[in-house]
Amino acid sequence: MRPLTEEETRVMFEKIAKYIGENLQLLVDRPDGTYCFRLHNDRVYYVSEKILKLAANISGDKLVSLGTCFGKFTKTHKFRLHITALDYLAPYAKYKVWIKPGAEQSFLYGNHVLKSGLGRITENTSQYQGVVVYSMADVPLHPQGEKDLLNTHCLHGEEIYLHLILTSAYQGSTMIYYITNEMDIEFSV
Amino acid sequence: MEGQSVEELLAKAERDEAEKLQRITVHKELELEFDLGNLLASDRNPPTGLRHAGPTREAELKALARDNTQLLINQLWQLPTERVEEALVARLPEPSTRLPREKPVPRPRPLTRWQQFARLKGIRPKKKTNLVWDEVSGQWRRRWGYQRARDDTKEWLIEVPGNADPMEDQFAKRIQAKKERVAKNELNRLRNLARAHKMQLPSAAGMHPTGHQSKEELGRAMQVAKVSTASVGRFQEHLPKEKAPRGSGKKRKFQPLFGDFAAERKSQLEMLRVMNSKKPQLDITRATNKQMREEDQEEAAKRRKMSQKGKRKGGRQGPGGKRKGGTPSQGGKRKGGLGGKMSSGPPGMSGKRKGGQHQGGKRRK
Repeated sequence: MRPLTEEETRVMFEKIAKYIGENLQLLVDRPDGTYCFRLHNDRVYYVSEKILKLAANISGDKLVSLGTCFGKFTKTHKFRLHITALDYLAPYAKYKVWIKPGAEQSFLYGNHVLKSGLGRITENTSQYQGVVVYSMADVPLHPQGEKDLLNTHCLHGEEIYLHLILTSAYQGSTMIYYITNEMDIEFSV
Repeated sequence: MEGQSVEELLAKAERDEAEKLQRITVHKELELEFDLGNLLASDRNPPTGLRHAGPTREAELKALARDNTQLLINQLWQLPTERVEEALVARLPEPSTRLPREKPVPRPRPLTRWQQFARLKGIRPKKKTNLVWDEVSGQWRRRWGYQRARDDTKEWLIEVPGNADPMEDQFAKRIQAKKERVAKNELNRLRNLARAHKMQLPSAAGMHPTGHQSKEELGRAMQVAKVSTASVGRFQEHLPKEKAPRGSGKKRKFQPLFGDFAAERKSQLEMLRVMNSKKPQLDITRATNKQMREEDQEEAAKRRKMSQKGKRKGGRQGPGGKRKGGTPSQGGKRKGGLGGKMSSGPPGMSGKRKGGQHQGGKRRK
């Protein structure tokens, strides 16, 4: 277990900042206690100082987890956010997408969400923006069975283009299609 | 009339003389103290004239300076002079005032190994003569150093000792021994120096061949030997199946687990601030790229339509002209000249389009 290096913190912050933007400093600098990020076995844990001191008494090979796991660093030192970070990201999310109850189930099972399934969406959400998906009851959602909550991309509606919201059920590859014309829809969901 | 002028001239000359004398002689209540070695004159007279003068003391100060300098020069003229290469030179005496130290007092150096040992044992340095009588050369020679008295490497005849190999070169043996002594001395000197400056020497801890070394130790010794060349091991050949050693890089150092939390927080917030401050710039470039891409698409679509309709030059100039008016207002990354070039004519247009593509290649990022 060790603190993150400068490079690692930067990579991680850049990833998290995609979803919560400047609110990240509320995570770093909390009024109700000292919380810090620690790296253990390539996973980043967000843990309070108290718990950290207790966890330091356990030897590294016996320690499984501590605090909240935010994500992990891959072999090539890229940062993957995990579902377990959702509890901390959801309250600070800048861009939110609410989906209707009908599309909710489909989303939870890992399917794409059509524009018709969109309930609300925050203004000024640009293309390829990282968002947090909520149900209409303001419950943050994550597709079930997925290891990672990754890159939920949202395309903002404009006149010319029809947009689909896609999430990935695979190892985080995200594919976004935009169709130039309603006439050109080739497939059905 | 001439007599008058002559008298006048004489009187004038007298007055000039008196003035000069007056200038040269300065009356002071207390004599000045001179240190001619440092060209220093110290005036102990109380500065009453200055006090009376008030805020505008320039004239009084100037007069004072002139007087004191005059006295100093008078003193200088009294020194013994000599001629050095057509110049008259006064020989200054030794300076009498002692100047303070320029640099701080040197701190005491740590004792060398020998000095510590000698102190422990109570060994005092024996006084030895510098010169020793050398029988061979029949003169007084140094005890050590250049052309020393008994230099065994300089002997012309060495008897081979009874138990030595007759093929051995005794002269070379002595020279080799001397080289080893010199190297050992140098090593000890550097070690003492490192100890004095509290620097660490590269340790040769496990490198001496003992015959009982483990595989790892031997491997390490071999690595060190390979790197200990002038080119730091770059041109050393290696065996056909020899692999680069593992773990020979520097070990990374991490922050301690419970470091200063406040400092950690501060550095993270600073990083966030830097990250946030950089963000807007990127958005602008993306926005301009996006806009230019859209413009390109529009233009391409229009041109396709024009060619379909069959209108040639007239049609082309129109959109070209409109484009010219359109581009400068956008700003962004395109230069205004490009828009102007665009409307030159069909062959020019295609040519400049290529040029435009080239410039646009930059923005395709």
